[in-house]
Amino acid sequence: MSKYMVNLKINNIPVTVEEGTTILEAARKLNISIPTLCYHEDLSVAGNCRVCLVEVAGAKNLAASCAAPVSEGMEVNTNSKNVRTSRRHVVELLLSEHNADCTKCFKNGHCELQDLASEYRIGDHVFIDLVKPQDKVVDISSPSIQKDDSKCIRCQRCVRTCSELQSVSALAVCYKGDHQRISTFLSKPLHEVVCTNCGQCVNRCPTGALTERTYIEEVWDAINDPTKHVVVETAPAVRVALGEDLGIETGTRVTGKMVSALRHVGFDSVLDTDFTADLTILEEGNELLRRLKKALVEKDETVRLPMFTSCSPGWIKFIEHTYSDFLPHLSTCKSPQQMFGALAKTYYAQKKNINAKNMVVVSIMPCTAKKFESGRPEMRDSGYQDVDYVLTTRELAMMIKQAGIDFAKMEDTAYDSIMGDSTGAGVIFGNTGGVMEAALRTAYEVVTGREVPFANLNIVPVRGMEGVKEAKVMIKDVLPEWSFLEGVELSVAIAHGLANANKVVQAVRDGKASYHFIEIMGCPGGCIGGGGQPIPTNPEIRQKRADAIYAEDEGLPKRKSHDNPEVLHLYKEFLGEPLGHKSHDLLHTHYKARKRY
Amino acid sequence: MEKRNLKKVDIIFDISECDYLAVLDKTILRDPDEVILDIIDSGLKGRGGAGFPTGLKWKFTKNEDSEIKYVICNADEGEPGTFKDREILDRVPEKVFTGMAICGFCIGAKEGYIYLRGEYNFLLEELKMKIDLFNKQIREKGLEFTIGIRSGSGAYICGEESALFESMEGYRGEPRNKPPYPTVAGYNWKPTVINNVETLVYVSMICRLGPDKFKELGTKDSRGSKVFSVSGDTPSAGIFELELGMPLNEFVEEFGDGDTKAVQVGGASGHCVPRKQFNETIIGFEGIPTGGSMMIFNSSRSMYNVLHDYLEFFTEESCGQCTPCRVGCQQLLKGIEAVKKGERKPAYLEELKKLALTMKVAAKCGLGQSVANPFNSIIDNFREEIIY
Repeated sequence: MSKYMVNLKINNIPVTVEEGTTILEAARKLNISIPTLCYHEDLSVAGNCRVCLVEVAGAKNLAASCAAPVSEGMEVNTNSKNVRTSRRHVVELLLSEHNADCTKCFKNGHCELQDLASEYRIGDHVFIDLVKPQDKVVDISSPSIQKDDSKCIRCQRCVRTCSELQSVSALAVCYKGDHQRISTFLSKPLHEVVCTNCGQCVNRCPTGALTERTYIEEVWDAINDPTKHVVVETAPAVRVALGEDLGIETGTRVTGKMVSALRHVGFDSVLDTDFTADLTILEEGNELLRRLKKALVEKDETVRLPMFTSCSPGWIKFIEHTYSDFLPHLSTCKSPQQMFGALAKTYYAQKKNINAKNMVVVSIMPCTAKKFESGRPEMRDSGYQDVDYVLTTRELAMMIKQAGIDFAKMEDTAYDSIMGDSTGAGVIFGNTGGVMEAALRTAYEVVTGREVPFANLNIVPVRGMEGVKEAKVMIKDVLPEWSFLEGVELSVAIAHGLANANKVVQAVRDGKASYHFIEIMGCPGGCIGGGGQPIPTNPEIRQKRADAIYAEDEGLPKRKSHDNPEVLHLYKEFLGEPLGHKSHDLLHTHYKARKRY
Repeated sequence: MEKRNLKKVDIIFDISECDYLAVLDKTILRDPDEVILDIIDSGLKGRGGAGFPTGLKWKFTKNEDSEIKYVICNADEGEPGTFKDREILDRVPEKVFTGMAICGFCIGAKEGYIYLRGEYNFLLEELKMKIDLFNKQIREKGLEFTIGIRSGSGAYICGEESALFESMEGYRGEPRNKPPYPTVAGYNWKPTVINNVETLVYVSMICRLGPDKFKELGTKDSRGSKVFSVSGDTPSAGIFELELGMPLNEFVEEFGDGDTKAVQVGGASGHCVPRKQFNETIIGFEGIPTGGSMMIFNSSRSMYNVLHDYLEFFTEESCGQCTPCRVGCQQLLKGIEAVKKGERKPAYLEELKKLALTMKVAAKCGLGQSVANPFNSIIDNFREEIIY
C-alpha cells in the first residue's frame, strides 16, 4: 500500500513528504539543520533532550521535531524567537549538570554538547552548577569502557543501544528526578555486570560520559623504552576507518599510510592481524570439518553443531552470560588478535631471536571488547600476557596526531615480515559475513578441490547489512577423503549486532532453525562498525567502510586463506598441521559460564 | 458571565443513586453512538485537571479500527492536596465501575483496568472483592467487559496517562511522545480511553438522569459539579462537591479562616491566587481549572516555604527523562534558595521565570509544563517573601 503524501511548510518553504515522516526528517530534506542530541539514526526515537524543538503554528507548545510526525498543512518554524530561547535554555540546562572540564576530556573536539555550546556561545553558566561530587567518581572497573556520570546528559542513547541493538541491557535508567541517572544492575561497577564491552554505547555517547579506557600513555612508554621490542598488529577493519579521524573521506582505504604512520610513531615491527585471520580460517575451517565428520560419520553425539565463530569478544562474553549452555557450540579457536599475540611471543620471538619477556605486543582494533579479551586469563599461553595493550582505531588516530604526523602525506608502505602477509580472505573478517565467506572459500576448496562456485570468489549471499542472513551451499563431487560430505547441503547463518545474535541463538535453542555453521559478530555491520571505530557511526558510514573492505579484498593478489604463504610456512616450520598439538596449545581455548547477576 | 452563589451538591456520594445495575441495564439497551452524544452534549470535561471533553475522547477511541481497546480508570491520585478519588473509591466504587462498563460498551472495549495509586493499597482488597462481584453481575447481563486492577508504585509521574501505560506494561514510568494520543495508541499501544475516577462517576450520573440534568449545574464552559479536596488553613478541611464556575471569593468566604492570603488552586501544579485576585477568579475551565485540590494559606504562611516545598516535590518526582523538567526543576529550586541566601541578585528571579516559561512549552509532558503555574504565580504575587 502506497503511503499518503503530506504537504507542509518549514520556514515558509513548501515540502512534500510521506505520511509518518518526522518534522526533523522533512527539515533535513530541505537541508534545514535542526540540532539533536538524543536522536540517533540507529535507534528508536526518545524525544527527551528537547534540543530539536520547533514551533508548529497553532500548537500551544513547541514540538520535538525528532518525534513529531508531519501533518497536512503544517507550518513549522525552526528558528523563531521562542525556539531559540528554549533551545538555548535546554543547552544551558544540560551544561549546568555537565562536568565541563573540556580540555581534559577524551572527547574534547568530538563532543556534540561542546559543539552546541560553541554554536550558542555559552560561556559562564547562567544557571547554578549542579554537578554532584559523587558523580565525578569515574567507573574504571572495566578494562574496556569507562563511565563518567558527571559528563552524562541523560539522552539515553547508550540505554537504547544496549537494549535495542545489543539486547544486553547492561545500562538502564534508574532513579528519578534529580537522582535520575544511567546505571547498571544494582549500580554495580561495569566489570561486574552483563556488559559485553562491545563499546556500541561509546560510539553513540554524544559526550565524554562513555569512552574507552585508553592505554595510549602505556604504549608510548613501551615505545620509548629501549629495552622493549614493540610489535604492533592491525585489525582488518582499522584500515578502512582510520582515515575518518584524520581528515580523510569516509570509506577510504589507508592501509599503506597507516603502516608508514605506525613506523613513524616508533613501533619496532608493524604486522597484520589479517595474517592470523587467515590462520583462523585454517584452524576453524578444519575444526568445522572435523565436527561434521564426527557428527555424520562417527555419530558422536557429544559433538555440538551448529558451530559458532569465536572471533568477536563481545559475542563471547554475551554467550558466557546469556547462553552458557551453548558454549560447547563455540569454535575453540581464539580470535585472530589472540592467535597473533600467542604466536608473536613464541614463533616470532624465536624467529627474530628476541626474548619474549622483552616483547610488547600492541594491537590496534576497531573494538573495545578486545581490551578485555587481551586481559583474560585464557590468553596467556605464550607464558606471558599474549597481547599487552589494545588501542582502538580512535586511540591510534590520537597517537598519530600526537606524533605530529601528516597522515594524508604518508607514503604507502607494506607490512613487515614475518606475520605481515595476508590474503583478501583475512581482510573481509572486518565485515559481517566476512568470516563465513573466508571460511567457505577455504573449506569448499579443501573438500572438493575446486574454488567456491561464485563469480570472482565473491560469495554474495553472505554479504550485506541484513541483521540475520542465511545461505546454503551444496557440496558435490568431493575429494575421496571427504566422501561423507557428498551431497550435503551446508547450511549457514550470519548475524551481526548482539540483538540479532540473540535471535539466532534463541531460534537454534528452540529448534526453530538448524544450521551447520553460524558466524556472529557482536557489532552492527561487523568489526567495521565496532565500538572502537571513529565516531559518528550510522548505516551510511558503515556501508562505506564495508565497501572499502571488499575493494581491499578484490585488490589483493591472493584471496584465499590457504594461499597465504606465510601461514603455510608457519605450519611447515612451527605448528605442524591445523588442529595439531601446538595449535591446540597456543591457538585454541575454552570459555566458562558467567552469571547474569 | 453567569454568576451564581456557591452551591454545594450531593451527587457523587449520593447512595440513593447506587442502583448502578439499573443504570447499566438502561444504558446498554441504547445505541453506543447515542450515549456518546449524550456525554458530549452534557459538556462533561475530564475531572483529573486537564479538562479534555470526555465524550470526544470516547468518540475518537470508538472510531479507531481495532479488535482490542481498553478503558483505564486513572486512580493514581498523586497531586499534592487532592484526596477525593480515594474517598470515591472507598465509598461508591460501583459508580466508577459502572462508568467504566458504559465506556467499554460505547467504545467496544472488553477490558478495563483501574490503576490505583500505590499509597492507596489499603483499598485494594475490598476493591478487588467488589470488582469480582461487579464482573460477575455484568457477565450475567451478557455484557462482555471485565475490570481488573493494577497497583502503582508511588511515582507521581505515573498519573500522566502515557507514563501510566508504561507502568502498567511493566516498564519504567516515563511519559511517551505525543502523538500518538491514547485514543489511538494507549495501553499496549491499543486505542484506550483513560478517564479520571470522578469523571467516570459523572458518566453514570449522566446516563441515569440525562445530560440536561447535568447541564443544570455549572456554567457554559464548566458544566456540572466537581468534588473538591479542601485543605490548609481552613476550619472545615475535607471533601466537598461544589458546582463549577464559582468565584474564588465565595469559596474563601465559605472555607477560609478569615485571614486567607492565598489559595493554591489545582494542587502543586496549579496556580496560586492572591487575595487581591479572589474576586475576579472563577474556579472552572473558563478561569482556573483544577483537579480538585484547593489549598488555603493564611497570613502565617511563608509563600517561600510553599514554593520551596512544591519545587522540592517536582524535583524529586520528575521522571528525569527530559531536560527542561529534570534540570529545570532543580534550577528553579536552587535558584530561589540562592536568591533567599543573597547568593544571587533578586533579578535572577526574572531569569528563572523565563526558564519556567521555557519549561511550559518545551517539557515532554504535563509535569514539566505545569511547573511554571505555581512558580510564576507565586513569584509574581509574593516576590518580597521570596527575596527577604
